[in-house]
Order: sequence, then structure tokens, then C-alpha cells
Amino acid sequence: MHESAPRRSAARKPTLAEAAVATVPVAGAGGPAEADGEREGGGREVGRRSWWGAAFATPHSVGLALFTVVPILASLVVSFMNWPMIGERSWSGFANYSKLFSDPIFWVVVRNTALYVVLYVPLNLVVSLGLAAWLTPRIRHRHIFRVLFFIPTITPLVANAVVWRMLYQPDGLIDATLQSTIGISAPNFLADQQWAMIAVVTMSVWAGFGYNMLIFSAALDAVPENQLEAAQLDGANAWRTFWLVKFPAISPSIFFATMMTLITSFQVFVQPFLLTKGGPGTATETLVQYIYNTGFQNQQLGLASAGAWVLFVIILGITAVQFLGQKRWVHYE
Amino acid sequence: MSSSTRVFRPAERVIGGHVGRHSAGKRVQPAQAAGLVPRVRHAIGYAILCLIALIFMAPLIYMVATSLKPDADVFTTPPTLWGSELRWQNYADVFSYQPFGRFILNGIVVAAVGTAINVSVAAFSGYAFSRLRWRGSSLVFMLFLATLMIPQDVLVIPMYVMMQNLGWVDTFQALIIPWAFTALGAFLLRQFFLTVPQELDDAARVDGAGTVRTFFEVMVPLARPTLAVLAVFTFINYWNSFLWPLVIVNDVNAHATIPLGLQAFFGQQGSEWSLVMAASVISMLPTVVILVLLQKHLVRGIVTSGLGGR
Repeated sequence: MHESAPRRSAARKPTLAEAAVATVPVAGAGGPAEADGEREGGGREVGRRSWWGAAFATPHSVGLALFTVVPILASLVVSFMNWPMIGERSWSGFANYSKLFSDPIFWVVVRNTALYVVLYVPLNLVVSLGLAAWLTPRIRHRHIFRVLFFIPTITPLVANAVVWRMLYQPDGLIDATLQSTIGISAPNFLADQQWAMIAVVTMSVWAGFGYNMLIFSAALDAVPENQLEAAQLDGANAWRTFWLVKFPAISPSIFFATMMTLITSFQVFVQPFLLTKGGPGTATETLVQYIYNTGFQNQQLGLASAGAWVLFVIILGITAVQFLGQKRWVHYE
Repeated sequence: MSSSTRVFRPAERVIGGHVGRHSAGKRVQPAQAAGLVPRVRHAIGYAILCLIALIFMAPLIYMVATSLKPDADVFTTPPTLWGSELRWQNYADVFSYQPFGRFILNGIVVAAVGTAINVSVAAFSGYAFSRLRWRGSSLVFMLFLATLMIPQDVLVIPMYVMMQNLGWVDTFQALIIPWAFTALGAFLLRQFFLTVPQELDDAARVDGAGTVRTFFEVMVPLARPTLAVLAVFTFINYWNSFLWPLVIVNDVNAHATIPLGLQAFFGQQGSEWSLVMAASVISMLPTVVILVLLQKHLVRGIVTSGLGGR
């Protein structure tokens, strides 16, 4: 307990002081309480700092506890209850989950959501990576291209969806263009079983890839120049340089982007909700829309919570699989 | 300020394309000097890129053009960019059909208050998690990180029940408070404060400043760029949020923000496409202005922390 001497010289040798602080047990963390009181100046400062730390973190922690931790636990409880919007609530055990799993519509929306993810995620990644690789610093006005491709990412998704609704309309921009150029009329994209999901995915990729493009673009800019030169000296062409040098170098960014895109795409709601209302029939109804309908149209909050937890578990599972799989292709320096 | 720019070096290089356009132009020189074939190839590539950008922008260009057409000119074959007249009246009509001015004002109030709360609590907690030593610090921080895994959609139902119990359904506080405490800001600011040299704390302490004064007079000014990044993204998230307002707002004319207002307008005036497009332009304009003015902050936020993903 002779650390008080070096600690008083804190002003002149800050690194030492820091080291000392690190070795002194934080007040109340283990050391006898009276030892803390005996110490001069510095000792009391540790005690005071300890108090301030908790105080500084309190507003955020309380808010997060009230509005995230409590609701998530509550939703687990609610998912085991019969909980209508208005009226008697009662314990129902696994009834909501068995009802969910025996509802054919539930499996349809799970399939639709999976189909959306399977189409959207690879398309998004290919387009964003391709354009990021294309927009090298040699491209003139690249910052203008970047801003353009980023616009739909930042504007309200509702507005983007409304615009595309007009493009997809019979006699809309796409249909009218096809009619006047090659003389055939386009399918009624949003009302056609085969086309509706493709239409939703196309609009989503258009609206969403700009974000990943920026991430990849920044990562590509950070690839060390000498590695690229070495590859060129070895006679590698642009294609090989990309796959052998750039791709491994930016693989952590690709991993991050893949994960974020996967997680958010499982929660797709706005695009089908505005473009097709989930239709035709249930052809584009997704999990989140099912949860929304169950909870706020049919007013069965218990059943909706069970659906939300299924979604949560799916997302957690996918994330875990991603993390386990990353060793095989992600290279950290 | 200088230390903070040093921290964000990689992001700065991204914007380098913007700042150092002349140097980028110079780098093209060797390719041009190499001969006619590479030069032509480069030009063709550039033309294709411009074409892709044009096709990409077509929906937005067509939106603006349609918003200025008389309704009778909207669906024509072959499609035309301009109608028989430029009908600015469409915009006035939008505001008279639905209180879009009110929606914009609601959006600004909700987003600004929510952002102010989020940035403030995150500044405090980020400082607590990085520079102050206290019992349970790392455990609480782990819990903060864990909450980032929870999708908003899972929270919507219990949050609605909670708002019912508080009597907050269809109020502004219900739009603001539930999402004002997301943990991302704490993480972002912790990362920033960890890069601030310890000497600065110690110097302030020698000058007799306590923890609170050190925080307000040394740390907060230093963190201003990071706070700005967090503020921009939080604001945009609030501004664009749709599912929660859809669930919690009953009186659209009084409490809707832009996305919900636009959806309601679309439901009522859905067949008058020129008006719907004018409403869409109005909805997009504020975020496009933010993008053009603050692209530096936005790019920095995305690159350094993966904020704002969709």
C-alpha cells in the first residue's frame, strides 16, 4: 500500500499515474474499506472517480433498461400469454407457439422472408462490391457517383417505395417504355404471383446497396498501395488482383456488411407493405408484416410476440453461424 | 480538433476524392499517356458508368418530372419527361390536401428532441465506459452491446403495451422516448474517448478541474465531430422511421411524421400520381439536403462505425 507516493507525481508522469491507478483496487471492489479512507488525496480521487463513473452511466443505463431490457423480457413473457389488445389476459403456456407453427400462413411468410433474403443479400453485395471496385480513385468525379448511389439509402424508404409503385404500374414508366420500344407490354409486376417478389427485391436493392458500396469503397481505398504494385509486377491482371489481393484485404468489411445486410433483410417490412400490401394473396407477405397484422390488425399481442421471438431467434442463429463461419474466409491483419 | 482528425484518417481519405479532385485528375494522366487504346477503353468505361448512374437515377428524375405534370399527362406511351405544362400548383395542392407542413414540423421536433437526448446520454456513458473507473463498468458495457443485437421489430409489441400503460399512445413522447436510449452512441463515443491522450485529463486535473468540469470543458469539445456524426444518423433514423409511428399514432393529422403522413396521403390520393410524386419529393427533400450538406460527416460515420445500415 505504498502506491500513494508515485501517484502524487501524477502531474509530471501521467503514464506512471495511469499504471498506478490500474493497479490500485477500485474502491469497494475488494480492498478493505478503511484502507481507502486512510489514503491521501489520490486514494480519495479513486473513490470519487468510481462514484462519478456510475453516475455518468446512469441516465443511459436507466433509459436502456426501461425501454429495451424490460420490453424484450416482457415480450418473452407476453409470448406465453393470451394477451388481446383489450380484455382479459391469461397464461397460456406454449399455446401461441403451437398455434403459430400450425398456421399455414406463418410458414408461407417464413418462406417468403427466406426467399427475399436469399435473393436480396447476394444481389446487394454483388452490386455494391462491383460498383465500389469500379469507382476507383482514378474515376473522375467519383464523389458525385458515390453521393448519387447513396441518395435512396438516406431518403425515407416509404417515399422510395411509393415512387417504384408508379414505375411498376401498368402503363407506368417500365411498361410504357417497353410498349413504345419493343412493342410488348410488361407484366403487371405487383399483381403477378411470379413477379411480385422480384419487383420487391429489385426496388430494395436499388434503395439499399449504396450503404454497403460506401463501406467497400472506403475499405478498398485503404488497401496498401505496395500490395497492389507487387501483384501487378507479378503480372496479375485487374481481375486476379481483385480476387487475390483486394478481396482478402477487405474481407473484414465484407463480413461486417454481409452480417448487417442479413440481419436487416430478415426484418423487411416497408417495401412489400407499400408496394404490394403483402400480395397478391400472400405472395410477398413477410414475417414482420405477419407480426404487425397479428398484433395490430387482429389484436393478438401474445401471438404476435411469439412471432417476434421466432424472428429474433432466427436472426441470432444466422449471426452465430456467420461468426463461426468467418474463420474460413475472413482475414484480419 | 487536430487529434480528432488524426483519428479519422481513413474516412478523410474517402472524402479525398472530393477534396483532392485535382490530384485524382493527375493520376489519370499515365493511363492517357499510355496510348490511344487504353484511352478509348477508359472513355467507354466511363460512358457506361454514366449510363448506369442515369438508369439508377431514373426513378428519382421521373418522380420530380411527374410531380410537375398535370394529372392527365402522367401515363403516356411513349413515356415523356415533361407534361404539357409545368404545374407547380401540384405542390400547393399537396399541402392543402394534407398538413404536410405539420408532418415536417412534427418530424423535426421528434427527431431533434430524440437526437438531443440520445447524444447527451451517450456522451456521458461513453465517457464513463472509457475514462472513468467504476465497479461493474465492463459488465454494464457488455449489456449495452448485447442490446444492439435486438431488432426493433421484436420490441414494438411490448413497447406498445408499455405505452398503453403509461397512457402515451398517440403522443409525441411515445414517438421520441422509446428509441432515445439506443446503445450505439455509447459504443461510438467510448471508441472516440479511448483515443484521447490521458495527458489531457491529467492536465485538466492539475488545473484543478474535477471530473464534471474536465468532461464539459475538455472532453465534450474534443468529441464534437463524433457527436455530430452520431447526431446526423440519429436524426435521420428518427426522420425515416415508419413501423413505430404506424403502430403508435392514431391521429395522423396531428402526430404523424413524414413517412406515415406520406403513406396516409398515398392511401387517400393514391390515384392522382402527380400529387403523390409531389408529396414524395417533399418527403425526400430534407434528407437529400442533409446528404449534400453533411456528406463528410455521413461518410465518416458509416466508415468508422457502420452507422445507419439498411
